[in-house]
Amino acid sequence: MSSTRAVIVRAGLIRGWIEFRQTLTNGQDVFGYLLSPAIFLIVMVSLRGDKLPGTEISIGSSIMPGVLAITVLFSGVLGVAQLLAVEREDGTLLRAKAVPNGMGAYLFGKVVSVAGMTVVSLLIVLVPSLFLLDGFVFTAGSALVLAGVLVLGLAGTMALGAIAGSLMTSPRAAGILMIPMGLLAAISGIFAPLTRLAEWMQWIGQAFPMYWMGLGMRSALLPEETVVIEVGQSWRYPEMFLVLAVWAVVAVTFAPRVLRRMARRESGAAVAARQQKALQRIG
Amino acid sequence: MTGVTAPVTTAREGEPPGEGLVLDVRGLRMRYGSTDVLNGVDFVARPGEVVALLGPNGAGKTTTIEILEGFRMRSAGDVSVLGVDPAHGDENWRARVGVVLQSWRDHGKWRVRELLAHLGMYYGPYSTDKITRPWDADELIDAVGLTEHAQKKIKQLSGGQRRRLDVAIGIVGRPELLFLDEPTAGFDPEARREFHELVHRLSDEASTTIMLTTHDLDEAEKLADRILILAGGKIIADGSADELSRRMSTEAEIKWTRDGQRFVHSTTESTRYVHELFKQHGDAIGDLEVHRASLEDTYMALVREAESGQGDAVLREFAEITEVGTEAGA
Repeated sequence: MSSTRAVIVRAGLIRGWIEFRQTLTNGQDVFGYLLSPAIFLIVMVSLRGDKLPGTEISIGSSIMPGVLAITVLFSGVLGVAQLLAVEREDGTLLRAKAVPNGMGAYLFGKVVSVAGMTVVSLLIVLVPSLFLLDGFVFTAGSALVLAGVLVLGLAGTMALGAIAGSLMTSPRAAGILMIPMGLLAAISGIFAPLTRLAEWMQWIGQAFPMYWMGLGMRSALLPEETVVIEVGQSWRYPEMFLVLAVWAVVAVTFAPRVLRRMARRESGAAVAARQQKALQRIG
Repeated sequence: MTGVTAPVTTAREGEPPGEGLVLDVRGLRMRYGSTDVLNGVDFVARPGEVVALLGPNGAGKTTTIEILEGFRMRSAGDVSVLGVDPAHGDENWRARVGVVLQSWRDHGKWRVRELLAHLGMYYGPYSTDKITRPWDADELIDAVGLTEHAQKKIKQLSGGQRRRLDVAIGIVGRPELLFLDEPTAGFDPEARREFHELVHRLSDEASTTIMLTTHDLDEAEKLADRILILAGGKIIADGSADELSRRMSTEAEIKWTRDGQRFVHSTTESTRYVHELFKQHGDAIGDLEVHRASLEDTYMALVREAESGQGDAVLREFAEITEVGTEAGA
């Protein structure tokens, strides 16, 4: 039925927009979104005097694209996982289940609001960086690469977040996710070139989308000469888009199955039991 | 609000799943591990009926309702809700069912009107010639008495206001069947009365079939055409409040005065007792009052008997009485 599909899209867009607006007008949320970019900016600005060996670019500037990549990763995976866990506990998902096509619109709305907040988070890093740091090169080609990396990266990370959020039993479990993601960031060439790591770590790093998002962002924003620090001294565009696309396709394929299984188990009693458990933890 | 006397459900074996029945539940079982929570539940509901499901805590009321709502898979039995098995209900079926669960804390950052208008949108494609979906948000907010809170954030509502919003969300799609799980928990008397009026309106004007659970027997008596009592995993009583208290052989209390003295006597044979009283004392009897057992007394008696393992005996006894009653009325 085409009219129901239209409702899912329309309701999802409205949901996404309303939630996006709510986040932007909530002091606590805004503070949360500003905190880590502020820390990264301070670090990058303090490193703007030191040049990356063999190049004319400062270490601060060379880190910036990686910060964008890590922002996409955390915003996509953690953002979605945490929202799913919280909204399972407070009954938002059950509500979605109780209205026709509610689940579809709920998920589409989440995609819209999280994507919106990710773009805002990226701008919070990007815009001050362009004023405070120098050496960036931005062309029409860069914009295209940036958009491609962002779309594929977001699709993969949000779907992974949805899977993680479906498997978690409580919002507090989302904290545990930080550990593997932090480790992954450490071996993904975000803060130090991947070529400086042991070879086996390089292989692990390259198996995950994090590294390729960072590579894509660097290729789009840094001058051509900085390619010397990359693996094989190349931006490796075909591999970049292939790895990102494979991750996105696999995650997007599996996410609906895991979500459906989770949604099937949602009931009032399940929500009540989780709330009871949460209260006991507080008390 | 007196409905047609419902024949006892156990008499329907072998009939095809009910044409024209909104709810048709036969042999419903639910097992968690090795415990049977529901152990062969049978009942029906007809269009426009208001049915109250009563029972002690842990009797499985919420489990039953959640199975009917399609939120929970059953272990065994035949269940038909609006002619559809809720385990396989599609979105079209979902649009015809309204759900108010026991507790909800969702959408705290949304505003009252914003959320109602938003959720109403989902029902638009399911309008029919007879039913225009959804209910207009402002009209609905007015109907549940939340007009002055329409622009408030939901997390700022009091418990009773939040509950009214839950009810509003439950009916925003103009459901043909509405489930209410303890709808008036936390209501003050005024809110409770307004809610009762709303339920009457829904059942009278829109002929919505309503199934509710409650711990308030007074509320069940006021709202329901028919009361089901769930205990020991079975429906142990099924009838109007009046039938239940009239036909259970619970004692009535008789009060009178004679020669300025007050007397109280409890008996199951109140009519005979009063007759004897007059035969013996004639005009000397004054201020006569006969109180039939309240629904609460009936309920307590039924549940106590069911819990002491005599549930089947009570059910049979009640079934016989109801059948006799139906014949006499015909």
